Amino acid sequence: MTLANTCDVAIIGGGTAGCAAAVHLRRAGMQVILVERDRCGGGASGVNFGGVRTQGRNPVELPLAIRSRAIWSTLNELLGEDVEFDATGHLKLARSPADMAELEAYALLAREAGLDLTLIGPNAIRAEVPWLGAAVVGASLAPNDGQANPRLVAPAYARLARRLGVDIREQTSVTAARRTEHGFEIDAASATITSRLLINTAGMGAAAIARLFGEEVPLEAMMPNMVVTEPVPYIATRSIGVCGGDIYIRQIPRGNVIFGGGRGGGDWMDWRSRSSTETTLTNIPKLVDIVPAFRDALIIRSWSGIDGLTPDKLPVIGPSMTTPGLLHAFGFCGSGFQLGPVIGEILAELALKGGSSSPLDAFRIDRFTQPGLAAATA
Amino acid sequence: MTLPGPPANVRRTRVVIIGAGPAGVTAAATLARHGVTPIVIDEAAKPGGQIYRQPPDGAARPPREIYGFDAAKATRIHGLFKDLQSAAKIDYRSQTLVWNITRNEQRFRLDLLHNGVQATLDADKIILATGAVDRALPFPGWVLPGVFTLGAAQIALKSQGVAIGRRVALIGAGPLLPLLVNQYLAVGIKPVAALDVAPFIAKLRAFGGLAAQPATLLKGAYYTARAAALGCAITSNVRSIRALGDSRVTGLAYATADGKTHEIACDGIAASFGLRSESQLADLAGCRFEFDNASRQWQPLRDRVGRSSVSGVYIAGDGAAIGGADVAELAGEQAALALLDDGGTPTSVERRHTLDRALRRQSRFRRALESAYPFPAHLVANIPDGLIICRCEGITAGQLRDSIARRHPTDVNRLKAFSRLGMGRCQGRMCGHVGAELLAAHAGCGIVEAGRLRAQPPIKPIPLTSALATEVSS
Repeated sequence: MTLANTCDVAIIGGGTAGCAAAVHLRRAGMQVILVERDRCGGGASGVNFGGVRTQGRNPVELPLAIRSRAIWSTLNELLGEDVEFDATGHLKLARSPADMAELEAYALLAREAGLDLTLIGPNAIRAEVPWLGAAVVGASLAPNDGQANPRLVAPAYARLARRLGVDIREQTSVTAARRTEHGFEIDAASATITSRLLINTAGMGAAAIARLFGEEVPLEAMMPNMVVTEPVPYIATRSIGVCGGDIYIRQIPRGNVIFGGGRGGGDWMDWRSRSSTETTLTNIPKLVDIVPAFRDALIIRSWSGIDGLTPDKLPVIGPSMTTPGLLHAFGFCGSGFQLGPVIGEILAELALKGGSSSPLDAFRIDRFTQPGLAAATA
Repeated sequence: MTLPGPPANVRRTRVVIIGAGPAGVTAAATLARHGVTPIVIDEAAKPGGQIYRQPPDGAARPPREIYGFDAAKATRIHGLFKDLQSAAKIDYRSQTLVWNITRNEQRFRLDLLHNGVQATLDADKIILATGAVDRALPFPGWVLPGVFTLGAAQIALKSQGVAIGRRVALIGAGPLLPLLVNQYLAVGIKPVAALDVAPFIAKLRAFGGLAAQPATLLKGAYYTARAAALGCAITSNVRSIRALGDSRVTGLAYATADGKTHEIACDGIAASFGLRSESQLADLAGCRFEFDNASRQWQPLRDRVGRSSVSGVYIAGDGAAIGGADVAELAGEQAALALLDDGGTPTSVERRHTLDRALRRQSRFRRALESAYPFPAHLVANIPDGLIICRCEGITAGQLRDSIARRHPTDVNRLKAFSRLGMGRCQGRMCGHVGAELLAAHAGCGIVEAGRLRAQPPIKPIPLTSALATEVSS
């Protein structure tokens, strides 16, 4: 079979952002080729915690997260299958008076950005969330946040993209990419793909792609530490985070408890990641302090994955500063799952119209090499 | 002639043997003989593995009653281990689960669970002697209470002297079936049915190869003949089986090769279809695997003497490839000698050659055994949609087929991600291979392309409370 190697838009990286961008671009009539090193959704998009969370984000991310949350409500219809999105709400817990003060301050900032949070004080928390342990002194509730099955979302986008006519090439590594007079040439396996535009959504591999075009991003590999228990009676009806971010917990209606926090280990150069026993054993007492009823559960599995972490813990989203026609979206610092759907829309807007309706200044790629910019967005 | 002693650095090397079945015991004895004191970790309370499992204190019975023909071997293995223990030649950690292995530079870190408490252990070299588990295959009614595997039925008998029912049907595709029939007969229980899903003709064809181990062949023939003489003839070439009952097993329906269907009343069924290597620790240690067509399973790669693809990790016994207890004994010694050799400790070349020859003879026998008891593909090919494949997660064949058709998983790990197959307590130990068979059949890929489930720690469930107690490191 001979594949046509010419397209309007080439996308490197089949995570949620890349696959969603492919869907929207194809719907706008573009010819799209998406190249994925392994399998679509097999990387950070597929092995993350599954939190669909606006609460706790840097306020500059909130406009994107709020817009993405609206897409989540319609995602099943968009994708034509159930991705197990459940709007359970998200509780961010305070374990000290200082934590509570932090939640109060954040709630004010969030309100300005359009996110309404409900503060639950020390007295109300026992009555309203009786399954929380005594260590919890208060919380902030984001009622519209929730959770979904990360294993299903990006592959569902990829299948939709394929049905629409996107040429998805899995297990295909990009060895080189360059700007030409009219666009780009991308060497992927034995083919050279020619495109007018190029989108870089290659996750931890994206920094190397950016470097090909003279753009340096100090991306650090970030391996989360995820653990799941056997099913136990369903009581944690809301997704849980904490001030400090050292642990996050959710339970699915079938009973399994998923908890993460801290780092796993591995070697991203080989794309290998594993959970860390130390981290898991550190997280367990925290889990049991927060939800004492989980104490007698058994752990059945643990895993990790590889995401890119930037120095300011914000992603890179937007056009290249060196190369016209090149767009980036990567470095989601462990919190990209919720954003994936909107990133696909934004990349399509940027590709089709040259601009986005969402504010992207904070995510400029040159902020790491232009100190003035970094200060302005910090 | 005096051989030079091992260099000092070898003596300080920490060797950990995981498993105290025949392979683990002979590996430990071999190391001890060469001045190395291994740590032997085993999940059971007493050494012997599954094959030479010992009854708990207070339930002792004569070895002849428990192990039959193999009583002498069992007694020898138990005695060998006891001697090592009393001479302080080994550091034995019973009732300890190794639930994870990670490589750290040139060493290994083992995560352990003992007495409900977490511990860690560093090792320079590891001998994996992790044994095997029944290969379960789903059939209608297999999740009913009262249905066991042959191995489980045998453990109940050896360990506690307990039968799985009063009217027991035994179903198999391997040498374990005639053995268990005889073990039941020996304790005075006549199984109401003994069914072999392998065709008799396959056994005849394999006869030449089986003759490579005449004693073992005779033993098998004796078991089969004795079962028949005592009125429990083994029916070969059984085409389909179905456990009957609503809330528990009340009967068994099966079809024979002549097309006839039979129905019998029973209150216990034990069924399994050969054995499967317990290789998750090899996987976590980073060992490479290959698919073995004859036994239709993935096995960790190893060289002729038991070196895995990871330097410092050796594999012996059924945990590497199903070979039975006699092979495990030889392979355990051989792996220990290879380990010593690699560390610069002189070992007997002659002994290594003897082991090599014996194991080659055994491997001819094993190949013949595999053709005598081929993988019962006919049982997997026609699994009805309503049948539960992954019993931890309650995933049916129909759900898997639907997931394959709609979501196009490219391998069994992808099928797991999409369908939850193998995501429960057993982590796919019981269902992963069946998922791969279904995927191969319905996605049109080969069984090799369908792949194997990657191991993820813990290899068996560990309690959260184990991290609430004090952590012990050594």
